[in-house]
Amino acid sequence: MRSNRAVEFSTGLFVLLGFAALFFLVTQITNRELSTNGGSYGVQAQFENIGTLKAGAAVSMAGVTIGRVESIRFDQTVYKAVVDMRINSSFDRIPTDSDASIMTAGLLGGQYVGITAGGAEEFLKEGSRIEFVQDALVLENLINQLAASFSGRSGESGKNEEAPKSEESK
Amino acid sequence: MSLFGELLESARNFIAQMGAVTLFFGRTLGQMPRALLRPGLIVEQVHNAGALSLVIIMTCGLFVGGVLGLTGYDLLLRFGSEDALGTAAALALIKQLGPVVTALLFAGRAGTALASEIGLMRATDQLTAMEMMAVDPIRRVVVPRFLGGLISLPLLTIIFIAIGIFGVQLVGVQQFGVDQASFWSQMRAAVEVSDVMEGVIKGTAFGFACSLIAVYEGYNAVPTAEGVGRATTRTVVISAVLVLIFNYMLTAVLL
Repeated sequence: MRSNRAVEFSTGLFVLLGFAALFFLVTQITNRELSTNGGSYGVQAQFENIGTLKAGAAVSMAGVTIGRVESIRFDQTVYKAVVDMRINSSFDRIPTDSDASIMTAGLLGGQYVGITAGGAEEFLKEGSRIEFVQDALVLENLINQLAASFSGRSGESGKNEEAPKSEESK
Repeated sequence: MSLFGELLESARNFIAQMGAVTLFFGRTLGQMPRALLRPGLIVEQVHNAGALSLVIIMTCGLFVGGVLGLTGYDLLLRFGSEDALGTAAALALIKQLGPVVTALLFAGRAGTALASEIGLMRATDQLTAMEMMAVDPIRRVVVPRFLGGLISLPLLTIIFIAIGIFGVQLVGVQQFGVDQASFWSQMRAAVEVSDVMEGVIKGTAFGFACSLIAVYEGYNAVPTAEGVGRATTRTVVISAVLVLIFNYMLTAVLL
C-alpha cells in the first residue's frame, strides 16, 4: 500500500510538472498578453504598404515598446492597409500630430511600428487616428529607385545597367 | 530465388506486418472501455513510462538546449542578429527537436522496457496463465501500458521543450550575454500558441506510434530469451524510423 502511494504521488508530480511546463510555454513564450496591465487605448493608422508587419508586432517610441499592433485589415474604399494598435494607458501624452512609420528590427528581425512625437498640444486617445505615416521600405521599390537615379545620372544607360546585372548573376 | 522474388516476399511481409499491427490495435481499442474501469493500472504505467523517464528527458533537454544556444549564437552572430537566438531556438525546439528527440529517448527508455516486460511475460507463460484465469491479457497488460505511453509522451515533450528553452537561455544569456529582454520579447513575439499545440500534437502522435509498436512487439515476441531480445531491438528500430517518417508528414501537414 505504501509503495502504491509513492507511485501515485510521483505520477501526480510528473503530470503536474507537465502541465506546469505547458502553462509556462503558453503564457511566457507566446504573445498572449496583448494589452499590458493597467489598460490600454486603441489608435489607428493607414498605410499604403505595411510590408511584412503582423498583428502582435511592437509599437515603440524611441525604441521603447509602448503597445502592440492589434489587427491589420485592408480598406477597400481607400485602398490602404488599416493598422489598429493598442497603446498602454500609461503612455497618454503622445501628441496627435505624431508620425508612425514601419521599421525593421535588425537584419532578421520582424517589422514594428515606430512612433516619433510631434509638437501638438493635444494627445492621442481612444479611437484617434495617426495622420502622418511612413510606409514600410519595400526592397524592390528601393532597388527600382536606385536603378532609376543611377541611369538618370549617368545618361547613357546601356553600359551602366549591364555591369551590375552581370555581377549579380555570378 | 531471385532478388526480385526476395523483394516481393519482404514487401508482402511488410504489408502483413502492418495489417497485424492494425488488427492488434483494433483489439486494444475494443478492450479500452473495460480497461478504463481500472484507472489504477494506467496510473502505474504513467509512472513507469513517464515519471521514471523524467530524469533522462530533463537532462537531455538541458543539453540539447545548450547546444542550440552555442550553435545558434555562433551562427546568428555572423548576421549580427544574436537577439533572434530566443526565437530561432524556441521554434526549433517546439516544432522539431522537442517532439522528435523526446520520442527517440522515449522509445529507448520506455518502449524497450514495455516490450521486454510483455515479452518476458509471454516467454514465462504469464499471459497464458492469465487467459486460463479468464483475464484478458490485452485488457489487463496491454491497454494500460499503451495508454500510459500515450499520456506520458506529450507531457514529456512539453517538459523537454521547457527545459530546453531554459538551456538555451543559460548559454545564450548567461554565458554569451545576449540581451535578456530582447531574447524573451522576440521569442514571445514570434511564437504562437498554435506552435506549442503543434508540439503537443506531434508528441501525442509519436506517443501513439511508440507505445503501440512496443506493446505489439512485446505481445507477439517469440517466447524465448532470444525472441524477447529481438522484440526489444525491433521496438527501438521501428519506433525510431516511424517517428522520423511521421515527423516529416506531420510537419508537411501542420506547416
